[in-house]
Amino acid sequence: MVVYALFGVLALVALAPVAIALGASSPATNTVYGASFIVTLALCVIALLALFGHPGPAPAVVLPLGLPWLGAHFRIDALSAFFLVVINLGGAAASLYALGYGRHENFPQRVLPFYPAYLAGMNLVVLAGDAFSFLVSWEFMSLSSWALVISHHEDRENLRAGYVYLLMASFGTLALLLAFGLLAGAGGNYTFEAMRAAHPSAGLAALVLVLALVGAGSKAGVVPLHAWLPLAHPAAPSHVSGLMSGVMTKVAVYGFIRIVFDLLGTPDWWWSLLVLFIGGATAVLGVLYALMQRDLKRVLAYSTIENIGIVFAALGLALAFKASGMTFAAALAFTAALLHVFNHSLFKNLLFCGAGAVLVATGERDMEKLGGLIHRMPQTAFVFLIGATAISALPPLNGFVSEWLTFQAILLSPQLPSWGLKLMVPAVGALLALSAALAGACFVRAFGISFLGRPRSQAAIAAQETDVNSLTAMYFLAALCLVAGILPGLFIDALAPVAQIGVGGHMPVQTGVEWLSIVPIAESRSSYNGLLVFVFVAMSGVLAAFAIHRLASDRLRRSAAWDCGYPDPSPLTQYSAGSFAQPIRRVFGTLLFRAREIGEMPPPSSTRPARLTVNMHDPIWDTLYVPISRFIDYATDRMNVLQFLTIRRYLTLVFVALVLLLLVLAIWP
Amino acid sequence: MQGLTFDIAHLLAGTLVLVSFIELYQDRLTALINVYAAHAIVLTLSVAWQALAQHAPHLYITATIALVFKAAVIPLALRRIVIRLGIHREIETVVGVGPAMLIGIGLVALSMVVMLRVTAEADPLAREDLAFALSVVLLGLLMMVTRRNAVSQVIGFMSLENGLVLAATGAKGMPLVVEISVAFSVLIAFIVIGIFLFRIRERFDTVDIQALDRFRGERR
Repeated sequence: MVVYALFGVLALVALAPVAIALGASSPATNTVYGASFIVTLALCVIALLALFGHPGPAPAVVLPLGLPWLGAHFRIDALSAFFLVVINLGGAAASLYALGYGRHENFPQRVLPFYPAYLAGMNLVVLAGDAFSFLVSWEFMSLSSWALVISHHEDRENLRAGYVYLLMASFGTLALLLAFGLLAGAGGNYTFEAMRAAHPSAGLAALVLVLALVGAGSKAGVVPLHAWLPLAHPAAPSHVSGLMSGVMTKVAVYGFIRIVFDLLGTPDWWWSLLVLFIGGATAVLGVLYALMQRDLKRVLAYSTIENIGIVFAALGLALAFKASGMTFAAALAFTAALLHVFNHSLFKNLLFCGAGAVLVATGERDMEKLGGLIHRMPQTAFVFLIGATAISALPPLNGFVSEWLTFQAILLSPQLPSWGLKLMVPAVGALLALSAALAGACFVRAFGISFLGRPRSQAAIAAQETDVNSLTAMYFLAALCLVAGILPGLFIDALAPVAQIGVGGHMPVQTGVEWLSIVPIAESRSSYNGLLVFVFVAMSGVLAAFAIHRLASDRLRRSAAWDCGYPDPSPLTQYSAGSFAQPIRRVFGTLLFRAREIGEMPPPSSTRPARLTVNMHDPIWDTLYVPISRFIDYATDRMNVLQFLTIRRYLTLVFVALVLLLLVLAIWP
Repeated sequence: MQGLTFDIAHLLAGTLVLVSFIELYQDRLTALINVYAAHAIVLTLSVAWQALAQHAPHLYITATIALVFKAAVIPLALRRIVIRLGIHREIETVVGVGPAMLIGIGLVALSMVVMLRVTAEADPLAREDLAFALSVVLLGLLMMVTRRNAVSQVIGFMSLENGLVLAATGAKGMPLVVEISVAFSVLIAFIVIGIFLFRIRERFDTVDIQALDRFRGERR
């Protein structure tokens, strides 16, 4: 199985030079995206076969690459198979979408070579069976996505985004490198098997956990390491943004799960406190940031941070249960996290595709310049609405299922033995509930301002419906969102072998439950039937429509057109993105973002318009990143002197360093 | 016999350290070159004694190389250079002789502590040898750091290399190839540095490397 997967990856890698050879010629776009679509689809099938196939130990393939005494190990176990599905499903949808979207690219030669390489890199990360190939693939993925981020480098903002991204990516990889180094120990055996067999001491294991959280978290966008994400994700072309947000962050989650759940062994309970707290904070802060943005793609990027927070909170919960020996509850939390990973990859990809379609149709990412698109792009609006509903965790769509499962796990927290967790978990639950509510507001705003109302600019008036390929991809993703929402039992059962790897147990089998309900704990406690909710929603909708059309008066009346409360004909008098967010900004932003509104009224008799300026500060950027960058500037300034020493002083430096090292050796116990 | 072998090896290696100190004490170039020749002769004796003690005839070749090149050819050539450059009367130190000697004593103590601790299980002969060799290396480096004149820096570098040879021969089973290559690399370094000296001299009328610093516009 893994051999076929590697052939698929090889095909993707081979596609990159083909793309270079084709350059900017007209068939290049179709060739590259078409081939990527076919290969990712094949890889997806392979991954599904591996996931549902034999549950036994996966055979490894050792290639004579990389370190000579190690080789490059590759294998597929259930965990990798699941993430392969996520990656390649997202990759296939993005490739299909790009068959249409890629035509509008001004410089396809800057995107095409890196796109298949990027897909290959992500696949290799989850296939890797030793730390060395894992890290090499990880860096390959980072670098190829970096190239995609700066593909529109005419814009200085994009260059800056790429720079910040590169810095954070190297920092994260450094942390992962150290984590693997600690796991391998003095023996230096970098295969995952050897690491799994070794049992590091408690202090060492905690250090590895923190390093994994920093390394994988910086790629996933965990607060406070998220700073690069909202800059880099929107800067890339939209289908790549969808992949980065929907899929690459999941590869980071894979890295965290692989290290902490698989390689590190049984956790201590207090590890989970850290993960839980970071997850909760990430969820709330991410969605609050998202609510403050005007740029549609940036809203989506910040919402990714929120969802990653939910995933990490659920993983923290799984760690807590696992440490307390409650395998069943751990499996519930772990499955919830994985299901959310899958769901988020679907709807975030869908939403970015929708944002890309809007971008192509209007050339605008600023929501204040959109509006009324539902009349001009009805199909895009429909699928975007499905995505927005799913990400707001409304039943019967898939976002609800995973968040509901997460809350079911949170409700099990009173059974935890330690008081720290008993108090912490409900607090995190409250944070998650808050973030779920705010996410609803955020996507009402994103959809309402962009698609409803009247157009706010000429570009929005002139918008056209997007092409068939893009729509097909979006409908495909939307259909998957619906299927995962109404048949969650199938997906939960498919995740059982993955949970077995992560926490050593799995949720009860759901396929036997009547009427396609899911029962995570016990019938008496809670159950959810997506199909029932779907049927109810559909029926009541149809009935309401029927009732309105049939029973309401259809007598012809003539009157002045209702102006919807806007007597002024200018579309600028509508609710804007800024005004929609104002209440939330006043409640949360005053403290958190130090948001200040300055209203400036012109004196009477002046014809100048009144102005409202809002000043906001990013607390994390100001308190963490700015001091660090200042310190580095200062230190490099001081150290610059070292470049201009005399030969004798350089010799003296070498001499002093040597003597100091010898002294250390002499004093070392 | 074992005791005598050890004592004599110890004596010769200790003498090498002593001569390093004498080198450190010299502030005139001609005297320095003479002491360097003595340094090389002591090294020759030491290597020859190791050859005898270890029954390793190939070490005699190393000893011969040391005698011919380091004790004769290089000092003679350096002397010619110094006389041709007319700097044989120059006095040049950055750190005074007293402090340099004190630092040197500290370095010897340090290398003893380090080596005796690190090589606790090694053969006592090799062990003492390594400790002395490290002292010689450090003293050579100290010489390079405390001198301003390019010629004495060259000498410092070559006495450092003598320390390396001492360490290499003290350890059993060092193949000859390595030693020859080391010897030749030093010769090449010597030639290159010699050429550089003349080039520097042609340009700046001095081999005091402070002139280079002034030329680069550095403040001291």
